[in-house]
Amino acid sequence: MDFGLSDEQRQLKETARDFLRNECPTTLVRKTMADADGIPRELYREIAKLGWTGLVVPEKFGGAGMATLDMAVLLEECGYAAMPGPFLFSSAIAAHALAIGGSEQIKSRWLPALAEGRAIGTIAIVDENDSLMPRDITAAAAETASGFALLGIKMFVPYAHLADFIIVAARVGSYGGEAALFVVETATKGVSVKPMNCLDLTRRIARVELDGVQVAPEARLHGEGLLERVADIGAVAIAADSLGGTGRALEMAVDYSKVREQFGKPIGSFQALKHAAAEIVADLEPARALLWYAAYAQSELAAEAPRAAAMAKARLSEIYSRATDRAVLMHGGIGFTWEHDIQLWFKRARFNESYFGSPTYHRERVAALGDY
Amino acid sequence: MDLTFTPEQDEFRAKVRAFLDENVPQSGLGGRHEGRIDQSWLANAKAWQRKLYDAGYVALSWPKEYGGQAMDPVQQAIVNDEMVRARAPFLIGGQGIGMLGPTLIAFGTEEQKRRYLPKVLTAEEIWCQGYSEPGAGSDLASLRTRAEIVGDEFVVNGQKVWTSAAQLADMMFCLVRTDPDAPKHRGISYILIDMHSPGVTVRPLVQMTGEHGFNEVFFDGVRVPRKNLVGNLNEGWIVANATLFHERNMLGSATGSHQIFNRLLALARSIKRNRRTLADDPVFRQRLADLEIRVTAMRFHSYRQLSDQIHGRNPGIESMINKLVGTELNHDLATAAMELMGDYSMLARGDAYALDNAYWPYEWMFSLGLVIGGGTSHIQKNIIAERGLKMPKSR
Repeated sequence: MDFGLSDEQRQLKETARDFLRNECPTTLVRKTMADADGIPRELYREIAKLGWTGLVVPEKFGGAGMATLDMAVLLEECGYAAMPGPFLFSSAIAAHALAIGGSEQIKSRWLPALAEGRAIGTIAIVDENDSLMPRDITAAAAETASGFALLGIKMFVPYAHLADFIIVAARVGSYGGEAALFVVETATKGVSVKPMNCLDLTRRIARVELDGVQVAPEARLHGEGLLERVADIGAVAIAADSLGGTGRALEMAVDYSKVREQFGKPIGSFQALKHAAAEIVADLEPARALLWYAAYAQSELAAEAPRAAAMAKARLSEIYSRATDRAVLMHGGIGFTWEHDIQLWFKRARFNESYFGSPTYHRERVAALGDY
Repeated sequence: MDLTFTPEQDEFRAKVRAFLDENVPQSGLGGRHEGRIDQSWLANAKAWQRKLYDAGYVALSWPKEYGGQAMDPVQQAIVNDEMVRARAPFLIGGQGIGMLGPTLIAFGTEEQKRRYLPKVLTAEEIWCQGYSEPGAGSDLASLRTRAEIVGDEFVVNGQKVWTSAAQLADMMFCLVRTDPDAPKHRGISYILIDMHSPGVTVRPLVQMTGEHGFNEVFFDGVRVPRKNLVGNLNEGWIVANATLFHERNMLGSATGSHQIFNRLLALARSIKRNRRTLADDPVFRQRLADLEIRVTAMRFHSYRQLSDQIHGRNPGIESMINKLVGTELNHDLATAAMELMGDYSMLARGDAYALDNAYWPYEWMFSLGLVIGGGTSHIQKNIIAERGLKMPKSR
């Protein structure tokens, strides 16, 4: 019995924090925000060298073959640093989805390239109706003589403008068919990517139109409940990022409260601010244990994994928003400016709250999966 | 991460469960909301703890020489879990086991440990806590109960208040002022007082639940041997804080919350409105799910702390939130049940229409008491901010 991170995981966390402190300061985050592509390429070359991009890629395909909890440890640190770019979507979600459900052909085509940082993948589940539920997927995959023809509009697709491939959810055959996932190469005819204006400038999203895009039969991913499983992997990834961001917002607000003086003393000596900070801690620490469990369950406890993911996503994304609200307020006027960095986490929390399912959506899943 | 128990631990759990299934008293002790505290109740309560002790299930992690079994904290956690699952009555000696014991093990003299600890476990001596005073609640260090050294005795004069179980207790661990001229934190000592001494008067206070749970205790020239001092003279604040840490963990324990949640869910399933149960009502499902998520998070949070303890990792800020979060969560669970019950939540114990003999109204009130006792939520937040986050002191 040891409920917690292993020594190796602790070390990974520390190394990642030190690395990102030096290599991904907020000056770089802001530079990337202003940049057209939204990816700090030098940093991404470095993280590929460190093996982050191949962390969950099986060893057979050039990765480290590690578990979701190891990835969650890294993602927490990425959230802490507000690291921009497609890492979470490409290396944690797309790579994992291919490793679980890809044909041998798809795996050998993409996994080594993902591991080495030569390729970027992303994920596109929701359509214009903005629903993660398989029954609501409207994009269609018509069976053709040479595979499938995809037709539909996918929304809020992270880093589609940079991606080499997109994992697309579409309904097989005619109305009422099963929702499945397909690997679509963005260079294929009929794929058009239109950037959307994202509130959180540490992330980029796009509308992707699929106009009769032809894909081979091998492009379809397979696996029992794969779409839900991939959505859960995404939910856990976002929850891990939220854990780190919550910690950072707390740290910034507390640090500021120790130096900013009003009424002749540091504002951190006032109970109103102490209580706001303590409430963030009270939200954060139990949620950390919830996240560890959800990440562990993804790899080790299949039966528990969906409900654990729903719990973690509902809680972490909710407390992240609450923490950043409080942290902005604790800063006062300066916290409301563009110049102050707290806004980066405030907006990232908003992205994390809705992306891969809102707290309300996941609470209903907790109820349904718990047979309420 | 390793969530498996060893075969020995599984076997131990099975043994504990079998024992509890066989031996948990079915009547006479009841849930605490049914408890009428009198001499026959006290005798039953002591007998139950004794039985559990004889079976080897009380304070398993204490050293052997003081009546414990030097087992690891996992086994203690297994017993705690199984006690909750079996709805076993709480232990009458809880304050001695949960608060005095760990403090004495850390700070007591060898003689004190050998004299007091075994009887804590067997419930032969019941302990109460003498901390709060009429003028010293959240600002505990301003306490004024005076202990003067006369020869080899302390002579104690003053008053304590909100003293749970003082009417049943044989002994009190008590904070007294031994140096009125020193700064307030440096003139306090931690002493052990025999409640049967001449000059000790216990007066009942009735709680909002209608029960006589806590008391006022008056000391009028009470003589206490000097050897009953725990820790150094005038350094009782350090000792007291150790006890408070244990108290907070005891009050904030996550094991009970899950049982309360299950009871809440059963209640939601049993009430129908608008042709569906409240467990099927979309708004109430949100609330239930939110509560279950928080309960589950606290359960995992306690596993995390247990693991840190077993593997020798030092506790950090996460150990400071147990009391705050655990007690508020239990009150939120009861509050949800009250809302769900609608008008039936207005009925007090004894009414023929009261649901479950008014368990929820009782739990709702009692749980708020625990949000206050052992340092209110406001005080807990100050502690988290000042000791955990190192925010500047306001005083």
